[in-house]
Amino acid sequence: MERLDQQRAPIYEALERFGKMRVVPFDVPGHKRGRGNPELVELLGQQCVSMDVNSMKPLDNLCHPISVIRDAEILAAQAFGAAHAFLMVGGTTSAVQSMILSVAKRGEKIILPRNVHRSVMGAMVLCGAVPVYVNPECDHRLGIPLGMSVSAVEKAIRENPDAKAVLVNNPTYYGICSDLRSIVKLAHDNGMLCLADEAHGTHFYFGENLPVSAMAAGADMAAVSMHKSGGSLTQSSLLLTGPAMPEGHVRQIINLTQTTSGSYLLLSSLDISRRNLALRGKQEFKRVSELAEYARKEINAIGGYYAFSKELCNGDSIFDFDTTKLSVNTLDVGLAGIEVYDLLRDEYDIQIEFGDLGNILAYLSIGDRPREVERLVSALAEVRRRFGGSKAGLMQQEYIDPIVAASPQEAFYAEKESLPIEDTAGRICSEFVMCYPPGIPILAPGERITKEILDYIQYAKAKGCSMTGPEDADILRLNVLK
Amino acid sequence: MDFWFSEAQTPNVKLSIKVDKQLFSGKSEFQRIDVFEAPEFGRFLTLDGYMMLTEKDEFIYHEMITHVPMAVHPKVRDVLVIGAGDGGVIRELTRYPEIEHIDMVEIDPLVVEVCKKYLPQTSCRLNDPRLTIHYEDGVRFIRSCKDQYDLIIVDSTDPFGPGEGLFTREFYGSCYNALREDGIMVNQHESPFYAEDAVACQRAHKRIVESFPISRVYQAHIPTYPSGHWLFGFASKKYHPLRDLDETRWNMRGLTCRYYTTTLHKGAFYLPAYVEELLRDVEQEC
Repeated sequence: MERLDQQRAPIYEALERFGKMRVVPFDVPGHKRGRGNPELVELLGQQCVSMDVNSMKPLDNLCHPISVIRDAEILAAQAFGAAHAFLMVGGTTSAVQSMILSVAKRGEKIILPRNVHRSVMGAMVLCGAVPVYVNPECDHRLGIPLGMSVSAVEKAIRENPDAKAVLVNNPTYYGICSDLRSIVKLAHDNGMLCLADEAHGTHFYFGENLPVSAMAAGADMAAVSMHKSGGSLTQSSLLLTGPAMPEGHVRQIINLTQTTSGSYLLLSSLDISRRNLALRGKQEFKRVSELAEYARKEINAIGGYYAFSKELCNGDSIFDFDTTKLSVNTLDVGLAGIEVYDLLRDEYDIQIEFGDLGNILAYLSIGDRPREVERLVSALAEVRRRFGGSKAGLMQQEYIDPIVAASPQEAFYAEKESLPIEDTAGRICSEFVMCYPPGIPILAPGERITKEILDYIQYAKAKGCSMTGPEDADILRLNVLK
Repeated sequence: MDFWFSEAQTPNVKLSIKVDKQLFSGKSEFQRIDVFEAPEFGRFLTLDGYMMLTEKDEFIYHEMITHVPMAVHPKVRDVLVIGAGDGGVIRELTRYPEIEHIDMVEIDPLVVEVCKKYLPQTSCRLNDPRLTIHYEDGVRFIRSCKDQYDLIIVDSTDPFGPGEGLFTREFYGSCYNALREDGIMVNQHESPFYAEDAVACQRAHKRIVESFPISRVYQAHIPTYPSGHWLFGFASKKYHPLRDLDETRWNMRGLTCRYYTTTLHKGAFYLPAYVEELLRDVEQEC
């Protein structure tokens, strides 16, 4: 074996070698290099279906890696400054779940902000852990939840000394970072682990002048969406661990829920993307930051829109801002974010990442070019000219302090009944309700439903937010505890 | 020795032109640029391997994209030209003394430089004192313009490449906003003939119809473009391309053209049945 360095891509190289061996497949997948499914070959191409192969000796096995996957994990760990890196093929959802399941059992507490992704709550339904929420502060002009202040985390730790871990969004969907270094220290000083949801933070490991990454800050685990800013295929992800986490234990946890037929398309995309980021990430993300900076300047020049950035930093709940994120507040244009989101798609053939009540997020990445950014800015100017109006009647998104009346697991599995949504105020919800994206629950299992929350759901539906979660897909009824 | 330039007009159709020699080949930030000399067509310019113009038939395109709106609008003073790095549109526009100012926005400085050097037939008026050349993205340039042009000519490449932004709703909306209350926009409108071009043509038409109260399409015969049958869009806030055509006024100017006449102007708006249908299909969606 040649020396392992970041120029290498062991899984990709193994696939290349394997292709040349012309092995006769009497194993799965049954399409047999595409021969059994010509329409699929037509769609995806011969190259792609030829690489859709099964775990085998020359290609290693994701559940128990000992050769090329192992090497790819070692290289990824080096590139990200982690003690170990696990290649994940069930999305960052599976990385987040494995992270929670690795540190907490039934009845154990995890300290976290309420604006976490649904996968965090999902993991708590699975393992029975109990959330202790830290109120993320809210910016009233923008109506977005911010990071956790260090003092709020300190208070939660003081009140819950038995908690097992603190979980931090690094960054939030909007690009806002908490003071991760201080929070890690606080957690460790109190015998707790620190976990980071870095679904939107892959580039922190490679770019310059970006917020600190979880591994650099000393966190114990981080779920990193390589397929978002890292450029790998959708559904591929990384779970990083620090020196305090036993690798074998985490592997066991991952294998509880992850497929035993890991896709080599996803695995090789992780391998190649890691190599690309390690070799060229610095200049690539510099370009992305500059493009976002340019877009902010142009969007702010239109009038009405507010494309925000580092000027929001306050040293605590907005400790840092990810300048590659293009988050834009739309309220002064007289349109809800979700309305701008819909107009961009329906009128201008521009698909952005999400729109909420007051903001939109356009996702910029290593694949963007100036000419598309020009289109986005022009389309925003046109949306304002054609559809802009008065701000009156637009609802601000406010942080609604959740009342946790039961653990997510208890509530999810409890005896329940279905009620018309308007009759549910005061009851305990047994399911999730969220706008997707961003996929942050408005209600999670175990939370008490209030009139305020119902008003919010009603307004979000009326504005055209796509709501998901409940058993009743139209969200006319909700399941509540009996 | 045989030396041929070939362009795949569709995946299944090729146009080949016998070449004497290649005069230039280079790559800019945006595209590959080549200039050839051919016995049949004289010099010709290609971008990313797609035919832009030949000395033999460029007059058709440049006359038709310029004189049609100029014969309709009674007083054009300020003109914005998007693209047009070869200078052909500018050459035609500078024949009108009443035009006071022309802004030309070309994304690629190398195109202009190459055309100035190798294609003097079209680039001959790029030093006109009324002309200001801006090297930037047309989508960006026009975003901040409001109520300041009488005529906008969109001389773009195809909508698959650097020119894509010039076929969008946001761009046409910005054009509308940049025109005075009686302004006209004319654009290169692709061909209706081959399937992929026809779809591009329909999409462009739909977006223009959505953006302007008057939107008509006219045609010309351009031998070196795919299928030879080419369309232009005439979009306007006030003037109708036929009802407001002032033939006498234009003919009194005494401009001599090789393709355009005011009689042809009228005929150019009468389209083949299948083209009418293609356009009507998207108009109904608006």
